[in-house]
Amino acid sequence: MKYINKGDKPTKTGFGEGLAKAGEKHSNLICLGTDITSSVGMNYFSEKFPERFFSLGIAEQNAIGVAAGFALAGKIPVFSTYGVFAAMRVTDQVRVSVCYNNLHVVIGGAHAGISVGPDGATHQALEDIAVMRVLPNMTVLSPCDATQTKVATIAAIEKVKGPVYVRFGREAVPDFTDPNQEFEIGKGQLLKDGNDISIISTGHLTWEALHAAYQLEKEGISARVINIHTIKPIDEHIIVKAARETHAVITAEEHQVNGGFGSAVAEVVVRNFPVPMDFIGMNDSFGESGEPEELMQKYGMTAASVIEKVKKILSL
Amino acid sequence: MQKYNSEKLKAISDNIRIDIIKSLSEAGSGHTGGSLGITDIFTVLYFNVLNHDPGNPEWEDRDRVILSIGHVAPVLYSTLAHAGYFPKEELKTLRKLGSRLQGHPGKEHGLSGIELSAGSLGQGLSVSVGLAISAKMDNKNHRVYSIHGDGELQEGAIWEAAMSAAHYRLDNLTAVIDRNCVQIDGKTSDVMELEPLADKWKSFGWNVIECNGHDHAELIKAFKDAKTFKDKPSVIIAKTIMGKGVKEIEDNYRWHGKAPNKEEAERFIKQILKK
Repeated sequence: MKYINKGDKPTKTGFGEGLAKAGEKHSNLICLGTDITSSVGMNYFSEKFPERFFSLGIAEQNAIGVAAGFALAGKIPVFSTYGVFAAMRVTDQVRVSVCYNNLHVVIGGAHAGISVGPDGATHQALEDIAVMRVLPNMTVLSPCDATQTKVATIAAIEKVKGPVYVRFGREAVPDFTDPNQEFEIGKGQLLKDGNDISIISTGHLTWEALHAAYQLEKEGISARVINIHTIKPIDEHIIVKAARETHAVITAEEHQVNGGFGSAVAEVVVRNFPVPMDFIGMNDSFGESGEPEELMQKYGMTAASVIEKVKKILSL
Repeated sequence: MQKYNSEKLKAISDNIRIDIIKSLSEAGSGHTGGSLGITDIFTVLYFNVLNHDPGNPEWEDRDRVILSIGHVAPVLYSTLAHAGYFPKEELKTLRKLGSRLQGHPGKEHGLSGIELSAGSLGQGLSVSVGLAISAKMDNKNHRVYSIHGDGELQEGAIWEAAMSAAHYRLDNLTAVIDRNCVQIDGKTSDVMELEPLADKWKSFGWNVIECNGHDHAELIKAFKDAKTFKDKPSVIIAKTIMGKGVKEIEDNYRWHGKAPNKEEAERFIKQILKK
């Protein structure tokens, strides 16, 4: 089947809608804001359930600890800020107060990737996957569009027992997944079958990966496309099967290649069925200001760059 | 649990101190000075102030104790064992492979009575704030006691948490500062001045109570005053002496992170018993 864009929508809206929906069912769901409540999509919850929303000011370290306290008391706290802060300003608090205590705290990492655009490098989270996936007990979710972010957020609240990081962006991006999809933690999704190569992607780049595959099909290259919405625990089975059956793997992420999603896939591939691999993502540099599409192009995170890498790896 | 008067508390704190020294000496490493210095506060808390049930550590309405300074774990373990949370015999396993008594408290190892795995300084007060807001939301009457070192107050996150506790008028929260005026590198006034400490807390919107952290009667009164104060969180700044009870190491910052050897341990215990 061919995936159709139902209309561009920011994944942060999916996060907000997921919180508002889950809030109806779970009276112990709490949201914590740090002065950027609407900016991260949390206003969908705070306007609907003001008595369960707590403003904590511009003080992220405290917010993580407060979330841990709520979780100890049997609430389900959600803390969200920009991914740069959620993953890096408060890494030690997340590691000790949340992960070491194995508490069910939902951390929303907003403004993920370079597509944040004009704000520039300080606000473009490009290292958060690497940081979050290395922490014991942490689950890392990276949904690919607004619809999937909504179900991922609900799953983070309902299906995860310990700490969980949900990654999403600000820009309106193609919304193409099924609104009735079931979100299975730890399960990769085969979006398009193929035999010559596998493009394994996460987040916003899944749409680009699909379009690269459609284009390659016309040129006689059969590319498999797999969307990985759970980076940890990762779906080893679907990755090993892809390596075995297509003999080449390319990963795609809006994040540093070093230690990120591609590295997580490579860890699975080298242990089980080593094949040639290449990686789409940021190559050890900071981003900069610019329009999202200009930046995606400049830093090689588009369908065109996927096609280029596919051709390169197949000519080896 | 039964509440003891200050006369009985003296004997209990001596015994807690002796077991701290024994366990640290068995372990061969750990924080002696701070553990002994804060022993009277722990004794008063667990044997007079807290509503808790060692036989039912998960009791929903228990008061919560959040130990932010995880490095004084030996005093927590010794106090919990004396209160009956687990056999005193187990204190010998402190810091050893496979032990439930981790160098800094680690809940995943299953020791009963531990509310939070902690040890990275400056994090506990935030957790206490979350617990206290939660108790208010649920109309629960239990209190939250948050235990801190004075050196720890140099961590900026403490003041983020202090602001939020006052903002939400958490009068069900009592923070305790072990004000021994020393830290690893030396005197707090040399490493990073904390004074005027009481004024700092007052200006952050807290009710401030100052007391002698080794006088059981004074501590009991301080905790009572904190409990009855409305609309603001309370902080008890308890003046203490690091290494209290063992004359030869009192107020000596070199004993912050050092454990006694066998000989020293015997000598220290004699000094505690002599008094």
